[in-house]
Amino acid sequence: MNAVLRLTPQWRFGSRRSLYILERNIMAYKRQWPVFVSGFFEPLFYLLSIGIGLNHLVGDVHVGGTTISYGAFVAPGMLATSAMNGGIIDSIFNVFFKLKVSRVYEPVLATPLDVNDIALGEVWWSLTRGALYATSFIICMVLLGDAGSPWVVLCLPGTVLTSFCFACVGLAACTYLRSWQDFDAVNIVQLPLFLFSATFFPLSLYPSWLASIVVFSPLYQSAALLRGLSLGQFSWVMLIHVSYLFVMGMVGLAIAARRFRRILAP
Amino acid sequence: MPQVTSSLPLVRARGLTKDFGDFRAVNGIDFEISRGESFGFLGPNGAGKTSTMRMVSAVATPTAGDLSIFGLDPHHDGPAIRARLGVVPQEDTLELELTVLDNLLMFGRYFDLPRKLIKERATELLEFAKLTERAHDKCDNLSGGMKRRLTIARSLLNQPELLILDEPTTGLDPQARHLLWERLYRLKSDGVTLIITTHYMDEAEQLCDRLVVMDHGDIVAEGAPRELISQHSTREVLELRFPVDVTTPPIDVLSPLADRFEVLPDRVLLYVHDGDDTLRAVHAAGVTPVSALVRRSTLEDVFLRLTGRTLVD
Repeated sequence: MNAVLRLTPQWRFGSRRSLYILERNIMAYKRQWPVFVSGFFEPLFYLLSIGIGLNHLVGDVHVGGTTISYGAFVAPGMLATSAMNGGIIDSIFNVFFKLKVSRVYEPVLATPLDVNDIALGEVWWSLTRGALYATSFIICMVLLGDAGSPWVVLCLPGTVLTSFCFACVGLAACTYLRSWQDFDAVNIVQLPLFLFSATFFPLSLYPSWLASIVVFSPLYQSAALLRGLSLGQFSWVMLIHVSYLFVMGMVGLAIAARRFRRILAP
Repeated sequence: MPQVTSSLPLVRARGLTKDFGDFRAVNGIDFEISRGESFGFLGPNGAGKTSTMRMVSAVATPTAGDLSIFGLDPHHDGPAIRARLGVVPQEDTLELELTVLDNLLMFGRYFDLPRKLIKERATELLEFAKLTERAHDKCDNLSGGMKRRLTIARSLLNQPELLILDEPTTGLDPQARHLLWERLYRLKSDGVTLIITTHYMDEAEQLCDRLVVMDHGDIVAEGAPRELISQHSTREVLELRFPVDVTTPPIDVLSPLADRFEVLPDRVLLYVHDGDDTLRAVHAAGVTPVSALVRRSTLEDVFLRLTGRTLVD
């Protein structure tokens, strides 16, 4: 009975038991460590191909009154993109599989874990992976001379926030997918985000009508935040970026939890 | 472990209702299950058994009605209730990519149990499920019977006071079924309360102290298997088989001989007190069936009488 009474008071959303989903995923991925190796090399490929390649063609870029190399400009954008892709792919593809194909969550609902714990647990997992990849990305940035300042370490929490935002939105989105065919829709959203978020070139180069749309892109918010952190150019606008990503993530999580309940415990 | 006062029923449902949109799956049913009892839910597919099980497992939320489990309200105390429950779902939901042992180790964690304790229990349960040799195999490679046994072993990791089994032996061969029954008897004698849904009537007769028959979301009968048979059927059944080309058996002759009779495509069932007596009377009346069988009434007769012979989906 002690074990029963000792049950932790619920957080406002989910409980500490959500960490068991993280534990479960780590156990399931123990045999699939090559996935992580590829995640480690991905940023290096990004930086080498786009950063070094275009660096020579483009030369320097003027941002916020300072002149930096194109590599230093584009690296935070790549970092944001990689966090977006990681967060979305992980929560959409893997969670869809667990939710509707392998039905991993059904037995979990027969334990003290709640639907909210499951949703939150998957977010922890995305953040863990996001933090791992971000760390390797930031190390690569430093080694390749693409880090704008020592403040680049703050890109780690910034990237984790980005992962949070996209993982939660992805989690909500995946509950609306009916079959694998619907995944094409994910690309339709993901690609323009990637191309039109001031990741490759500064916002000032966009025509003004497009720029006013671009600023609403979550990837722009993240790229601008990470760029500011990497260069050590702090401003109050960063608070807007942070709030934007955080609120969007929370909304995604709330929708995801509602949808999870409808699917798993109707 | 202190008991919820034993005079209180372990599970108590009043007017329990579950709707899915416009469809009413469970239609305001009442039942009580006492500690140590083994209680059955019988019914054709779509009768509302699984929906009831999911509510009693504190997973699905009732649309209306009162439900208390261990004296607790599943709406507020879901995690505390589920910590004391074991659930064997209709379909095995094992983690096929994990090994047999890892399935148990991980599942135990969900119950906040320390790793050392889980390992001890997992070792015991693998023995119980006769799976010790397969501990390090991937679940995917197990046979259907082994997966079922592992699912049952998994449901016992938290040493539940109440074990809910939704069609536990569907799809098992007779050997596996009997092994499972024997395991369930052992649990019952250890004081675990069992809730079983099944559509195998022999299983219900073997395992259940008391049961309810559900049909279209309602409880249509309730009692011990023997009681139900005596209430809803006769002591014996005489089955007369006629040649296929005899399109109409001599019903006018047969019907006065039985309490109740039923004409099936290939045979006539006479529900009677003494089958041998009736068979002599049938012969005396000049009716000569191809074959005749006298048997005791079973729960299956009750079930078919209450829920009909029409196929339900």
